[in-house]
Amino acid sequence: MSGKPKLIYFNGRGRMEPIRWLLAAAGVEFEEIFLDTREQYLKLIKDGSLMFQQLPLVEIDGMKMVQTRAILSYIAGKYNLYGKDLKERALIDMYVEGITDLRNMIILFPFSPPEAKEKNLALIMERATHRYFPVFEKALKQHGQDFLVGNKLSWADVQLIEAILAVEEKFPAVLSGFPQLQAFKTRISNMPAIKKFLQPGSPRKPPPDDHYIATVLEVLIE
Amino acid sequence: MAGKPKLHYTKGRGKMESIRWLLAAAGVEFEEDFIETREDLEKLRSDGSLLFQQVPMVEMDGMKMVQTRAILSYIAAKHNLYGKDLKERAWIDMYVEGTTDLMGMIMLLPFQTAEEKKKNLDLIIERAKNRYFPVYEKALKDHGHDYLVGNKLSWADIQLLEAILMAEECQAGILSAFPLLQAFKGRISNIPTIKKFLQPGSQRKPPADEKFVAHVKAIFNF
Repeated sequence: MSGKPKLIYFNGRGRMEPIRWLLAAAGVEFEEIFLDTREQYLKLIKDGSLMFQQLPLVEIDGMKMVQTRAILSYIAGKYNLYGKDLKERALIDMYVEGITDLRNMIILFPFSPPEAKEKNLALIMERATHRYFPVFEKALKQHGQDFLVGNKLSWADVQLIEAILAVEEKFPAVLSGFPQLQAFKTRISNMPAIKKFLQPGSPRKPPPDDHYIATVLEVLIE
Repeated sequence: MAGKPKLHYTKGRGKMESIRWLLAAAGVEFEEDFIETREDLEKLRSDGSLLFQQVPMVEMDGMKMVQTRAILSYIAAKHNLYGKDLKERAWIDMYVEGTTDLMGMIMLLPFQTAEEKKKNLDLIIERAKNRYFPVYEKALKDHGHDYLVGNKLSWADIQLLEAILMAEECQAGILSAFPLLQAFKGRISNIPTIKKFLQPGSQRKPPADEKFVAHVKAIFNF
């Protein structure tokens, strides 16, 4: 049935944030239901709403979709952000998977034990600057186009700018060796739908704070 | 360019095994170039063959594909194992993500300490019986078809069989409460290409033993 997609998650970034980004980039309005108690989560399970008892959950087009990648793939496919053919999709998938690995390090970081935090932070920086960003810098330099794949905005571009901004929050100068990515960041940020999402009052969530971490632990852990 | 896909990985299951399963099920012959030493891995990296310096890597159709999910998605779509439309693809994606999570847990067992192994084995069995298998049992029960999605063999079915067999290696009677999955297992195992893959002498790899674990740790330096 038509109607806005409904996002069910904590009131914070976590694994739902890339979904918010992608819907926003596609110009799709959505609603959000925020979980802050364990009771709400247990009710979702009892109702059979969570296929594998996990979040995120997105109600969209008559489906209760779970599994972040499945949800993102569906949105990308539906809103023409997934390339024009199988090979473009393959390239988008490879880029997206790489960025997801980097982003997962950032998602998990607040939950790492205090003694591991410094090491994990250093690893995020190392991976960003040595493993991931060089790939995209090179791709943009080689084809000289505005977008990563097929000279058209795709899921890969949206995912990349999200990751760039997230790493910059921890390391403001991280793009200093990446002129193509600096220009990319400016360009993509200025696209109307994304510019709107980057403004205050949008559904974009702030970086995780202690309250967010406490809420997640309370809801998910018995 | 035509020619068989070439798989680059160590001579064991790991993250490449699902790719071997899918190619085999699709009736696609493939070659394997095994990484035997650290030098083999470093050479692939310095040649620029590994987009994010990681394996699996599969050379096919003129691409050097990395990232397991990207590779699997490409193979599934190319060989008509990805449903007929976006919604069927969404269901296949959700189901695949579930079995990937379960197999991911099982894959780590050989690399853990005896104490971690015991704890995680219990968790795997609990998750298989309470979180994952009930989903697929219910799906088969609800529509009464032979396959999970769209009344046709898909990537989801192949991955589920792989997960079932891996889970049975953890606990022999793990399917005892799931009659439809037992029937499913029998049915899918008898599909000619899959039957062939399950026979001795195929490219299917055995579970990791201590020797293999030591070998992998030396190559990847952990």
